[in-house]
Formats: sequence, C-alpha cells, structure tokens
Amino acid sequence: MYWNYVLIGYVVVFGGLGLYAVSLLRRGRNLAEQVEPDRRRFLD
Amino acid sequence: MSPPTSTGPAATPTGSKLTRVLGSLSLAFLAIFLLFGLMLSPPEVSQREAVRLFYIHVPSAVIALYLAFGLTAVGSVVYLRKRSTFWDLLAWSAAEIGVLFCAFTLVTGMLWGRPTWGVFWKWDPRLTSTAISFVLFIGYLAVRQLDLTPEARSSRAAVLGIIGFLNTIVVRFSVSWWQSLHQGTTLNPVDTQMDGLHLLSFFLGFATLALVFSWLLVHRFRVAWLAHQAGEAGLDRALAERRAEATGRTV
Repeated sequence: MYWNYVLIGYVVVFGGLGLYAVSLLRRGRNLAEQVEPDRRRFLD
Repeated sequence: MSPPTSTGPAATPTGSKLTRVLGSLSLAFLAIFLLFGLMLSPPEVSQREAVRLFYIHVPSAVIALYLAFGLTAVGSVVYLRKRSTFWDLLAWSAAEIGVLFCAFTLVTGMLWGRPTWGVFWKWDPRLTSTAISFVLFIGYLAVRQLDLTPEARSSRAAVLGIIGFLNTIVVRFSVSWWQSLHQGTTLNPVDTQMDGLHLLSFFLGFATLALVFSWLLVHRFRVAWLAHQAGEAGLDRALAERRAEATGRTV
C-alpha cells in the first residue's frame, strides 16, 4: 500500500542527486581546462 | 586545503582524497539505508508504507533549511564584513545544494501528503513557508546570474541569503504560531514518536543525505572556485591585450 508514492520519492531524491553529481563533475572538468594549474587552489 | 600539486587537468579535477572518502562513505551508507528504508523497516501502523518517505523527507528539510541555508547566511554575513571570496563562494555553493534539497523536501512532502492527508498540497503554514524559502533561494541563485560587477552581485546575493535564512525561523515556528495540519517536532530527544527499526532507518537516511551533502558541497565549492579563477584569468588576458594594443599604438 502506497508503494508507488514511496518509489517515486526515492527515485526523485536519489536520481536527482545522481544527476546533479554528474553535472558538477562535468562542470569541474570543463572549468579546470580553462584555469592554469597555479590558480587551482583548494583542489587538493 | 593545500596549494596545488597537480600539473594538468585530472579525470575529476574537483576530486581529492577527502571527496573519495566522503563519496565511499556516502555509497556505503546509501546501500545500508536502502536496505533498511525499503526492505527491513516494517510499515507503520497509521501511515503504512508512506513512513518510508519520512526517512528522506525530514533529513532533506533539515539539511536544506538549517545546514545549507544556514551556511549561506553565515557565508553571506562574513562576506559582507570581510569581502572574503572564500565565504562568498561557500555561501553560493551551499545555496545551490540547499535549493536541491529544498525541492526534495517539497516533492517528498507532497508524495507523503497524498496518501496521508488525501491531498498533494495544502496552503498550510509549514508547507507555504517552506515553499517561500525555496522561492527566496531560487531568487538568490538568479541574483548570482545578474549582469553586474562581481562585488555588486555578491553583495546583493549576500543580503538575500540572510533574508532567506530568516524565513527558516518562520518555517521552524509556523506549526506553533498558526494552526497547522503539519505535525510539530518529529524527533523530540525526550519523547520520540519513533522507535526500533523506524528510528534506525530514519538516522540512516539522515546520515546518508548528510554525507552526500558534504560530498556535493566540497565539489560545488571547487567548481565555484574554478569558475572564479577562470573569470579572473579572462580578465587578466583582456587587460594584457588592451595594454599590448595601447603599447603598439604609441610605439
């Protein structure tokens, strides 16, 4: 009973987090190519 | 956080030992949480299976409203006092992830409300004030994209970040200030309404989402730092080109 609501909720939350994580890693990769190594403070 | 040691773009430039530890812990907790939250935790007497939404709804709300938006408010205050780029970028990073968790709070709340209250949405004080927080921080992110000088943009966003967090107080006390359909405090340390596997699943959900939040925050901050540096590098290049043009004209 109510399993459909539960599953939608879990898919939205953990699917959303997964998509956001992938987009963050992509943004980081693209930006790192534009920044000189000596300006990449906070990356270690 | 130490000065850079890498010499070229890595596969995951915003990753580090810290994020690898946080990421591994997040995945381990996620697996355990899904086992307990979806399988081992029994249905609750009145809410039945809908109680499982509780394990992600309440932690999402706490992380968004208190942790993320609180961090944005702290970062905003420090930025306005010291003009610190670090705190400005940290405030921005926390706000973006906070908006995501706030969206999860609203969605899981609606999904919980339908079987429990019979409606997806009601203009209840708790629900409405949470939606206002969501809109305020969407506004914060919009201000971040305005075509202004970086200082003006950061200052305006900081003011909005502080105002946005003040609304969290309204969210917190909305159930006692006005008549609300929403329940009051879910977890009272003295008299908790949950026990056994429900309580364990709830804490596992909380730990999982808190770890994921931390992992995302470190990455998001590093992305913001790279964007800031890319902008500065672009400005330096433009200035160098202008200087070269001016020198060429005078020679």
